[in-house]
Amino acid sequence: MDYIVTHKGTTRRGFLKTGGALVVSFALPGCAVRPVGTAAPLPVAGGFWPASVDPASLDSWIRIAADGSVTASVGKIEAGMGIGTAFAQIVAEELDVPLERVTIVMGDTARTVDQRGTGSSNGITDGGSALRRAGAEGRGALVALAAEHLKVASEALRTRDGVVFVADDPSRRITYGELVGGRNFDVKVSERPKTKDPREYRFVGKPLQRFDIPPKVAGAYIYVADLRVPGMLHGRVIRPPEAGAKLLSVDASARLPGLVQVVRRGDFLGVVCEREEQAIDAARRLPVEWSRPAPMFWAGYDDLYRHLRATKPKASKEEGVKGDVDAAIAQAARVVEARYEYPFQSHASMGPACAIADVRDGGAVVWFGGQKPYPARLALAELLQLPGEKVRVVWMPGPGSYGMNDADDCAADAAVLAQAVGRPVRLQYMRSDGTGWDPKGPPIAFRMRAGVNATGGVFAWDYEARGFSGRTRNNGTEVAGDTLAGQLIGGHQAKITHWPQWPSESYNFPNVRKASHTIDWDRSLPTALRTAHLRDPDGMATCFASESFIDEVALATGSDPVEFRLRYLSDPRDIAVVRAAAEKAGWEKRAGPRPRDAGRYATGRGIAYAPRNQATVAIVAEVEVDRETGRYRVTRFTCAHDCGFVVNPSNLRGTIEANLIQGMSRAMHEAVRFDPTRVLSVDWLTYPIVDITEVPDAIEIVILNNRVEARSRGAGEPATRPVAAAIANALFDATGVRLRRVPLAPEGLLAAMRVQESGRV
Amino acid sequence: MRGRAMAEPIEMTVNGRRERLRVEEGTPLLYVLRNDLGLTGPKFGCGLAQCGACTVHLDGTAVRSCAMPVKSAQGAVITTLEGLAKRSGALHFVQQAFIDEQAAQCGYCINGWIMTAAALLDDNPNATDAEIRRALSGLKCRCGTHMSILRAVKLAGERMAVARKA
Repeated sequence: MDYIVTHKGTTRRGFLKTGGALVVSFALPGCAVRPVGTAAPLPVAGGFWPASVDPASLDSWIRIAADGSVTASVGKIEAGMGIGTAFAQIVAEELDVPLERVTIVMGDTARTVDQRGTGSSNGITDGGSALRRAGAEGRGALVALAAEHLKVASEALRTRDGVVFVADDPSRRITYGELVGGRNFDVKVSERPKTKDPREYRFVGKPLQRFDIPPKVAGAYIYVADLRVPGMLHGRVIRPPEAGAKLLSVDASARLPGLVQVVRRGDFLGVVCEREEQAIDAARRLPVEWSRPAPMFWAGYDDLYRHLRATKPKASKEEGVKGDVDAAIAQAARVVEARYEYPFQSHASMGPACAIADVRDGGAVVWFGGQKPYPARLALAELLQLPGEKVRVVWMPGPGSYGMNDADDCAADAAVLAQAVGRPVRLQYMRSDGTGWDPKGPPIAFRMRAGVNATGGVFAWDYEARGFSGRTRNNGTEVAGDTLAGQLIGGHQAKITHWPQWPSESYNFPNVRKASHTIDWDRSLPTALRTAHLRDPDGMATCFASESFIDEVALATGSDPVEFRLRYLSDPRDIAVVRAAAEKAGWEKRAGPRPRDAGRYATGRGIAYAPRNQATVAIVAEVEVDRETGRYRVTRFTCAHDCGFVVNPSNLRGTIEANLIQGMSRAMHEAVRFDPTRVLSVDWLTYPIVDITEVPDAIEIVILNNRVEARSRGAGEPATRPVAAAIANALFDATGVRLRRVPLAPEGLLAAMRVQESGRV
Repeated sequence: MRGRAMAEPIEMTVNGRRERLRVEEGTPLLYVLRNDLGLTGPKFGCGLAQCGACTVHLDGTAVRSCAMPVKSAQGAVITTLEGLAKRSGALHFVQQAFIDEQAAQCGYCINGWIMTAAALLDDNPNATDAEIRRALSGLKCRCGTHMSILRAVKLAGERMAVARKA
């Protein structure tokens, strides 16, 4: 489904040569690609697009063509979890049309309602609910029209497969295409239209195959990197070699093959060439001189965490304060204290970002793969100094997403290059621009304390996080200063907010304090260590600290980790996932680590859980550790997952598995390396991620609370959250060694095991 | 263009078609396939032969086209993801198994996995779990779809083994 650009009636090769047209197309499950829809020309710069698509109008959401095919539009995007198929299921359900007649259009500021875009796993909760209402309203409008046409009362009518018919006489019928084909509904979407009784669902809740996978396996799914626009040139950017370096000089007259223009604005530098490989070559060979600024970063993570712990915060906030923690800890029979650390991490999307921009005739069209096209439109209009109505941003599938990756910066860079040359420019970043320069997930240093009384009860819980805020962009690229281009060109301010970082588990302790301090990091904005949302922003870090510490406190009180959690948890859904995960995993009760045997390989199991925006997840990780090398493998994950009613269980399974594996990668391997002057993680060798040789033998998933009455909650991120803590807890169970810093690297584990052994001697 | 432009055109057979192109000989094969021949199945992932997103079959072997100068493909027979299905349109066993196992998230890496797995199973459909993991090691998937990829490759191998016996 999704947004596929192809050329109806010609080969794709022909499309690439002619520039072609935009067609929204999809494939039937298991079949080859089957283009449908109406060919529309690619939008060109200079057009006028209204400031917004009216959310109150049904025509903004649903259009029915004369042949009965349905186009549903939504202000969300497909991040790769199959949401396009889920949206089609919802529309087909409410509208009562065959699933394969539905095409979904996403994230085009000129054609889809401004829902800001996708973020915080809100595709189903916001986009799905809007489409459900629109579908229901549409069906109601069609029935009303049919009542007029067939001269019967609406109540006497039924709908099925795009046809309205008289219940008592199905031969009296009229198709949706005949009723409104190609015309507007001219109806408003009401707040609560009559939606279908979930007991009658035919599509929603079913494990249907995704529409986007058949074209993906055939090489026919068109990503933004595959789009070709007539007359387009190829661009590449040249980044400062050191953080904060200023562009001193560039030889813009350099004679390089295919070079059309060197584009310099402030410290922004790029080249535009006729061919792609020429642009790559020109960016490498262009003579450039940069300043040597004073070092902005640290010697390494020890320094960085010291900085976070020692620096006066820019913003501090407390949440969930209960009782008097300091007094309680002062009276405690025993105080448990631990520090945890979580590093900078990169989105490191599978492909570096790509965007195509056409900026001329007083307007702009920009195709990009970012999650939030609507704020990006504002930022690009400001950057290009154009009225918003003259800028159109069109989302197309990107090479992986996971938050605020390099996509928005790429769109801005492409726009600056295109504006300079007056022709469409395709910019695909190099790997070093992608991994090296994407905005990073922020590092956080934690201090945890718990007060335990004489009978082993926990009566004080003290959580403190000190980190860089992940909100150097305000949940979307809204202003020019939010982009690297805006920062490098200069004269633009970013929309920074300081967003607190704390966990959300429902443990009920008598005295609680959760404090979050964010440290100033504004000067990082034109550097490769600026921060932004990375999948489940801060969630994996905060859960790593708090759920590792829960295990440490359980140990201190002589409790089994599952029993300990169940003793203090208060939310019934949280209790249910912890129970279900433990049961499914065959949890062996034990206080303290598994007794050591003489073997080289040690095994262990650990649990962690986390709620996230009304979803909740518990994970049991099982590990096998090589005691001689410190190398280890997660052999099995068991995940209990409650996100309410599931629109597509097959998609959910794929999404959970991918969350667990990506989470495992982040937990085991990932930390952005840097030295005092620059980021050193620039490719897959310097920013390693999980390899297929390491993935578990099995992942078991238990879905809870999947009832039509339970409101659907976002599943795009929750299963990521507890992964690092679950693995750390399993490593402790296997070895008796507690790792308190991510990544949970074999070197660190081995060193800690050696210390432990020497302590025993 | 100066200097290294080829006097002789590059000739190669791509997805069953003879192609004759004049391009600078050091141009990575990937850009020729994508930009001159319009074949976007192979993707740019890293340009460093570290991820496999650009994988194509060159004379039956899986190679990384981002790091291969086009002159190395002179006279070669190349198959891209677009050409992996039979002329009848029937998908390769590996492609079909990826659909059946729903083995994709964003799908940007899928070309590398399918092309590498197809080359492996064409040689040895009975590859074990360990052999499959070893053969696919080094390919990157950032979304984390490895579990479904493993299931898909095993399923394809089983089907291919059955088909060979038949």
